[in-house]
Amino acid sequence: MAVEVEAASPEVAKMPVVVEFSGGLEMLFSDQRRHSLSIPVTTSEGKPATVAFLIDYLCRNTMKDTRKELFVLDDHLRPGILVLINDADWELEGEEAYEIQSGDNILFVSTLHGG
Amino acid sequence: MEPASSKAEQLRLQIANAEAELRGLRSQLSQVETRQEQHPPPDQSSHSGVPPEIKSPWKWPLQQQECERYARQLILPSVGLAGQMRLKSAAVLVVGAGGLGCPAAAYLAGAGVGILGLVDGDIVEVSNLHRQIAHSHTKVGMNKVDSLAQYCTDLNPHINCVRYATHLTPENAASIVSKYDVILDCTDHPTSRYLISDACVLSQKPLVSASALRTDGQLIVLNCPPAPQGSKDGGPCYRCVFPNHRPPDGVLSCGEGGILGPVVGVMGVLQALEAIKLVVTGPAPSPEVPAPSLMLFSATGTPTFRSMRMRGRRPDCFACGTSSSLTLDALQSGMVDYMLFCGVRSPVRILGPDERITAAAYSSMIAENPGFAHVLLDVRDREHYAIGSIPGAVNVPFAMFQRTEMAGQGGTRPDWLPDSLPPDAPIYVVCRVGNDSQLAARKLKEMRMGSEHRFIGDIQGGMEAWKQEVDKTIPFI
Repeated sequence: MAVEVEAASPEVAKMPVVVEFSGGLEMLFSDQRRHSLSIPVTTSEGKPATVAFLIDYLCRNTMKDTRKELFVLDDHLRPGILVLINDADWELEGEEAYEIQSGDNILFVSTLHGG
Repeated sequence: MEPASSKAEQLRLQIANAEAELRGLRSQLSQVETRQEQHPPPDQSSHSGVPPEIKSPWKWPLQQQECERYARQLILPSVGLAGQMRLKSAAVLVVGAGGLGCPAAAYLAGAGVGILGLVDGDIVEVSNLHRQIAHSHTKVGMNKVDSLAQYCTDLNPHINCVRYATHLTPENAASIVSKYDVILDCTDHPTSRYLISDACVLSQKPLVSASALRTDGQLIVLNCPPAPQGSKDGGPCYRCVFPNHRPPDGVLSCGEGGILGPVVGVMGVLQALEAIKLVVTGPAPSPEVPAPSLMLFSATGTPTFRSMRMRGRRPDCFACGTSSSLTLDALQSGMVDYMLFCGVRSPVRILGPDERITAAAYSSMIAENPGFAHVLLDVRDREHYAIGSIPGAVNVPFAMFQRTEMAGQGGTRPDWLPDSLPPDAPIYVVCRVGNDSQLAARKLKEMRMGSEHRFIGDIQGGMEAWKQEVDKTIPFI
């Protein structure tokens, strides 16, 4: 539950989000399932922060593993990873284009196959 | 000619009487046979001296023994006599007789599901027993379906177990699945998960799918209601939820990733629960179909159980979509390549023969020259390393090679490389079976670890080969 703060210019507005990883994805993020982050409200071009922006942000700032390809392939989220925005499939919310709101909970779940 | 026609009339009458008598006898016989089927164990009353013939015909839907057996669920308003009769006439298929299938089949047998189909081509191994509760130490080496069927009929002799001692294949899947009302996917591989889902879509059967790994589990009821392909009224199939399979290096089985017994047990029990709910409620009235949801279980998470709202059918789904070209014929003729679709991984071959050494050769090299300056890196996880390792091996788990700080260190010397070691002393890498060791050796080369003349390679076949060629006593898991 550590709050990860990064050095940024003070004028960039931030918002709190909770990002969670499960199904083995936490392995790419310091074996930590729950990350309370403070992310920019807008991109550097001034557009609202979307899930696509968050995925890129996580790769740049939160991931502590070189195997970025286990999370992102061809600039998109790797197949087999479900994204759940506030307990709903991201396909119900607009997928990568969903604009993140302050306090959102975004869960990345890797598909399990064991049995 | 009058006598002849009167004789014919007489014969016709006799035949009609004989036929009527025969019909009566057949009817009596079938009643007796039905009673025997419903009541397989020896009748208690025969021991008390009352001959079964003089009992009045049983006029209740359930036998006394069945009423006693199912009493505690029978009195639930959500089950009742109607629900119990549906269970009794239901056929449920459990694909996979492992960590999910054992508890699922046990509860279905206990609940009185009339026909329980069991599919698995594996045999019982010792490493199954911590979680696959229907098998036991004395059943090691036995077919899993035989072991599970024995457990289920011991538990409840009123049910029929149908055993399929085979893996589900594109050739046999639809013909097996079509004989059942509800299907449970209790398998452990993506190829079977897509295959079972496709067979369920084609046969219009609801599918209860679950999976588990390490301390996490997932459960979803698919193709429910099981409307025909292209119909918007049906529930999503496995492909709607997971349209693309991820490339294979992200897939772990329980054998590789590990699994806690109660985690997979919980998921199997929940599958039985969902199947019982589907059977007991019968065909759901169309307006009351609940939105599909994915249940996530995490033994270490907070909360432990979470329910996620999921999408419905995908209009462009390969299997259940409006323009799907998937047919029974296409499935059976092998036109869908599940291995290719799931990218089943072949063994890693990235090191050349001159970069590899056999376990036996490494062992005799050290035996001949005990002071040989080198480093042996064991790149398995700590848990594997702790159980047994090659003397002198240093444990640097494979995941460490992927950490940003390690990969980015360039020329600096890592902790595991002793200061005293000559810069051209060889580095050997060993892992479990010889795949990760090649990747780690390649990584070390890329990191320019030491001089250009330094040998960096791996022990071919890993600890499995070490056990076979060098030390038979070392535990290998």
